[in-house]
Amino acid sequence: MKKILKFMGKRSNWALPYIIFMAIFVVAPLLLVGYYSFLDNEGALSLYNFEKFCTSYDTINTFIYSIGIAMMTTLICILIGYPAAYFMANSEYGTPKVMAMLFILPMWINILLRTLSTVALFDFMKLPLGEGALIFGMVYNFLPFMIYPIYNTMQKMDKSLIEAAQDLGANRRRVFRDVIMPLSMPGVYSGVVMVFMPTISTFAVSELLTMNKIKLFGTTIQENINAGMLNYGAALSLIMLIIIGLTSFFGSDDDESNETGGLL
Amino acid sequence: MKELDYIIQAEHITKSFGDKTVLNDVSLNVKRGEFVTILGSSGCGKTTMLRILAGFETPTSGKIKMNGHDITTMPPYRRPMNTVFQRYALFPHLNVYENIAFGLKLQGVKEKEMDRRVIQALKMVGMSDYEERDVNSLSGGQQQRVAIARAIVNKPHVLLLDEPLSALDHKMRKDMQLELKQMHKKLGITFIYVTHDQEEALTLSDTIIVMNDGVIQQIGTPTDIYNEPANSFVANFIGESNILNGRMLKDMEVEVMGVNAECVDKGFDTDEPVDVVIRPEDVYMLKKPEAGMWRGKVSSCIFKGVHYEMFVDTPNGYEVQVHDYNAFEAGTEVGMLVKPEDIHVMKKERTCNSVEGEMIDSNHVAIFGGEFECTDSALEKGDKVCVEFDFDKVELTDNPEDGTAEAQINFILYKGNHYHITLKTKDGEKLYVNTNDVWEDYDDVGIKIKPSDLRITKQ
Repeated sequence: MKKILKFMGKRSNWALPYIIFMAIFVVAPLLLVGYYSFLDNEGALSLYNFEKFCTSYDTINTFIYSIGIAMMTTLICILIGYPAAYFMANSEYGTPKVMAMLFILPMWINILLRTLSTVALFDFMKLPLGEGALIFGMVYNFLPFMIYPIYNTMQKMDKSLIEAAQDLGANRRRVFRDVIMPLSMPGVYSGVVMVFMPTISTFAVSELLTMNKIKLFGTTIQENINAGMLNYGAALSLIMLIIIGLTSFFGSDDDESNETGGLL
Repeated sequence: MKELDYIIQAEHITKSFGDKTVLNDVSLNVKRGEFVTILGSSGCGKTTMLRILAGFETPTSGKIKMNGHDITTMPPYRRPMNTVFQRYALFPHLNVYENIAFGLKLQGVKEKEMDRRVIQALKMVGMSDYEERDVNSLSGGQQQRVAIARAIVNKPHVLLLDEPLSALDHKMRKDMQLELKQMHKKLGITFIYVTHDQEEALTLSDTIIVMNDGVIQQIGTPTDIYNEPANSFVANFIGESNILNGRMLKDMEVEVMGVNAECVDKGFDTDEPVDVVIRPEDVYMLKKPEAGMWRGKVSSCIFKGVHYEMFVDTPNGYEVQVHDYNAFEAGTEVGMLVKPEDIHVMKKERTCNSVEGEMIDSNHVAIFGGEFECTDSALEKGDKVCVEFDFDKVELTDNPEDGTAEAQINFILYKGNHYHITLKTKDGEKLYVNTNDVWEDYDDVGIKIKPSDLRITKQ
């Protein structure tokens, strides 16, 4: 008993459960994925899986297509989300609280339920499921992740900077171009990472919204693993992880990363 | 003086936010090349006034003119003025050079000319060779210099400064004050400066505008303001002072602290009650009590660096603050002498409380949002009346609910032998109370008045 108390007394030991948790559920799986991706079908170390990926025209195609869809989704999210965040951060445009509430409301519902109802909606309106529906569904699902970081940076922005710019001769357009936009970029980076990362690996949403007609990279991985090609699936996952890793570097490279939307 | 000698004219500016009036009929003129300071405690409306001049706010009513032209609704980016903000407001995404060049770029100044002017502005504020530095890496004082450079590089006609030194430490503030003064001389442009620091205002300005509660109290040169304060608020706010009740006996003679003293003021009614201001440094201390105009006993003596600050109690119950280079130990009997020109006599703004109310029945009247009992009158319910009562006939209670009406203490003035307190009631009326009790600013209190002390007249 005494030993336990002494052990608990040391503040740094309190982190232990988390360290154990992360070791089991984050680090170990990552190492396993890394390990399996370098094993061939006979269980020998090799680059066989990567060779297979590089020569499989179909998989590379799916991969590039997935990145394309993810980029498209991210871009549309920026185009819709940036003005929305701007209006929400400027109370002169009415009721920002209500708007913020409305944007977050769909997040209360599970992503699969939302996607299923999107499918039902498309059916009801007699719209075809497919690429258009896929992008619509992804934007609908991930838009809040774009709006919030941008809204955050804009809200935290010192309003006297805008006044200072006006004072120095900037009209509304120049204030936006020279002050608000550059200062909100960290929020945009945050949003890009928050949207791009999950969209690239989606599979359930894409299956539902395209009636399995369009395959994304996430689906490919899932199919391979389901088909027992564990090593190849692991290699594909590793490739995807590297791509995602690169995008988050793109965001946090910025020296003002401490001013990002508080999400990185 | 010709109208065009004024670069800025503010005419009857009133500004309200909701039902709160921040500026109430403020009019002021600023001469070309002048260093004008708007001085007042926080919440007096000075910053709002500056923001109206800069164009960040539009007045609820009134006009702003520049060189005779109405600019009341002109947006800030079109006004030939630049502002130095209290918290600097430097652009964090730009370096020092880009910050200063911000305004020049918008004007489309050529690169060579821009370089020259930025370098010149940096030299002016003593920050040469800092062009490439990140503004976030600069100290507070350096950031303030960059902010000043960013404003003056545009060669504005008027430079507005919103408490620019308040975030700096004492020593740095002193240095910057001198530099600002020199800069004003060198540039020759009009400076409008906002501060709550009376010493800063006295040091820097050609003209000081003292504001309180959204109303201008006095406009004058630093010496005028210090030596001839217009009212007891100004006297109390600027420097240290003894503010006492007095009675004007005749021209050039005033009764103060029980003594008839010679003064230099005239034009008052005989026996008119007045406020008398005597600066602590204008009181001469004499070792022989009988040689002075007043006699008294030193109650405390504190060394203040240059002078000693002493409090002297007179036999008739007044306390006088005195600054002298010589120390008189506590307990010493002394005489005090003040030269006639150092006795400043000011008209009293009021001699009793006066408020409009409405009768509830023949012996109750509604004033200050409460129902006060009064002596039975022939008046009927609903009659509009004027209620008067003396300053010393009001009782304040610690607990707001114990009073007939509630009020908040707004301003406390020590008058030598009592406190003169300004209170604001719930319904926005002001009332004034003389008391010997010690209260604190912004205390919530209750007010009680005896029925026999209320003088009611029908309107």
